[in-house]
Amino acid sequence: MRILLNGEPYELNDGQSVADLLARLELTGRRVAVELNLDIVPRSQHASTFLAEGDRLEVVHAIGGG
Amino acid sequence: MSAAPQDKPFVLAGRTYQSRLLVGTGKYRDLEETRVAIEASGAEIVTVAVRRTNIGQTAGEPNLLDVISPSRYTILPNTAGCYNAEEAVRTCRLARELLDGQQLIKLEVLADQKTLFPNVIETLKAAEVLVKDGFEVMVYTSDDPIIARQLAEIGCVAVMPLAGLIGTGLGICNPYNLRIILEESTVPVLVDAGVGTASDATIAMEMGCEAVLMNSAIAHAQHPVMMARAMRHAIEAGRLAWLAGRMPKKLYASASSPLDGLI
Repeated sequence: MRILLNGEPYELNDGQSVADLLARLELTGRRVAVELNLDIVPRSQHASTFLAEGDRLEVVHAIGGG
Repeated sequence: MSAAPQDKPFVLAGRTYQSRLLVGTGKYRDLEETRVAIEASGAEIVTVAVRRTNIGQTAGEPNLLDVISPSRYTILPNTAGCYNAEEAVRTCRLARELLDGQQLIKLEVLADQKTLFPNVIETLKAAEVLVKDGFEVMVYTSDDPIIARQLAEIGCVAVMPLAGLIGTGLGICNPYNLRIILEESTVPVLVDAGVGTASDATIAMEMGCEAVLMNSAIAHAQHPVMMARAMRHAIEAGRLAWLAGRMPKKLYASASSPLDGLI
């Protein structure tokens, strides 16, 4: 299925959870925050939140800024 | 001679801090310089930006928060790069999740890429939503005393008027407005943006600001770590001078040496 990940189209298998996707992106255990279709997905729900066709996902982290 | 005044503690959203210098983490040469400069500054509150992870590029690379740890510093996420209230609110919600539920954030909503001047209308809108949602909002704003007052009334925990435009190093461009904001304010006032060198920070503190936030002044100095140290002293000097109560300005001279016993 195809989703929009950080503004770009992204292909992944059906039945993947947010946790699965983060693992695929090598972000497991890294300090990131996830927004799915404009709602925050808390860390505690990463494994139980499943992605669907057309989902819009933002995965962010902290960087240097003023 | 009256007893020297005790300083009141620097309290933000219920937490007490020893340092009145807040620093940003942007514009440094690398993470190591960032870390050393922040340490030299003595700052306890450090701002960060929130951005998309680079898909496929960051595996193994240390993240800023691996080096500037939330266990050592109060990390203050900002909404830099947001040009409307909706983006700012989304960013704050992501930031809260990123920092395990921390409600303290720095709100900034900009109007213009060239001036990076705050869009105060969108800032007011965002502040209202964020305060209702439980955030502790430190809000970057212009030096307009009316906007500053309204932001405090909305429930922001601190108001942060600019000294000068972000990254200009021009220092306090309108001390008269800043003075009015300081006189009226019911919440801590922090100068944020425009500081260029140590004296700018000292002047802000001498005027009665609770604290100063800066980034470029340190990161863009010829020697950032040295400037960080200078800023630490500058903030302390300014605060002490304010507490000490300066001498009045006079039009005419008043000799410091006695007239008696002149040869």
